Amino acid sequence: MTRALFAFFAGGLFGAGLLISGMTDTNKVQGWLDVFGDWDPTLAFVLGGAILPMAVAWIIAERRARPALGGDFPAKPEPRLGHNLVIGSVLFGAGWGLVGLCPGPAVASITWGGLGGIVFLLAMLAGMLAAPGVRTRIDRLAAA
Amino acid sequence: MIEQDWIWGFAGGLMIGVAAALFLLVNGRIMGASGILGGLVDRSGWGNWAERGAFLAGLVLVPGALALAFWPGISTNITGNWAAIVAAGLLVGIGTRLANGCTSGHGVCGISRLSLRGMVATVFYLLAGGISVVLFKHLLGVI
Repeated sequence: MTRALFAFFAGGLFGAGLLISGMTDTNKVQGWLDVFGDWDPTLAFVLGGAILPMAVAWIIAERRARPALGGDFPAKPEPRLGHNLVIGSVLFGAGWGLVGLCPGPAVASITWGGLGGIVFLLAMLAGMLAAPGVRTRIDRLAAA
Repeated sequence: MIEQDWIWGFAGGLMIGVAAALFLLVNGRIMGASGILGGLVDRSGWGNWAERGAFLAGLVLVPGALALAFWPGISTNITGNWAAIVAAGLLVGIGTRLANGCTSGHGVCGISRLSLRGMVATVFYLLAGGISVVLFKHLLGVI
């Protein structure tokens, strides 16, 4: 119960930050990504602002044995750059640029995003459902 | 407007970062939107469904309440092009799960930990995002 309570709080603060930063406004986000056009560098401030407290959190985590509610801190993944990391990121970026929503803001804006927001979220969930199958095919192609 | 935008962007960014820091230090979890959601969709994260569900509930309800109270008439300004919406949703869903992360997981949690995977992923999705805007907005004019 305590875990769920803090998870709700973290999700809420995350969502409030996404709303206030402008990440849920697709016009702004597309302007922030428009590096070859009339570029607005706000995205760098959003990412930079988010990375600062999180960098401190990682330093604190290194000095602590366990998270406050027990369990283990997530292990650092192997620094291996597989093809799925690159292919996936390119596909994700292409979709993000096309409409201007990434996963967090797509969920956060669902109450005011209208039918377009709902259709985007459903398509995103369908893509997530299809992803394990796509991964298997890509791995098979890569191994051949 | 742009002068104000970066202040709002930075303030909202700090909130996102504090949320991620709390989720790590209190719950011991990485705050990655696509991972939290995707684990429920493909069943890989059903072991801690309540924690994921509570996070997503906060992610929907808190900004929803704030928007209702302080930003009446707020819009995501999403395109009216349905084909683009469906295609982009599929690309974002498949891509973030293939790459094991999105803007929050790789961008915020990965870069702050100096993770090579996070940095490489972020370079590629930002590059692809920039090219996508040029292609669909400036060259093809569909959005």
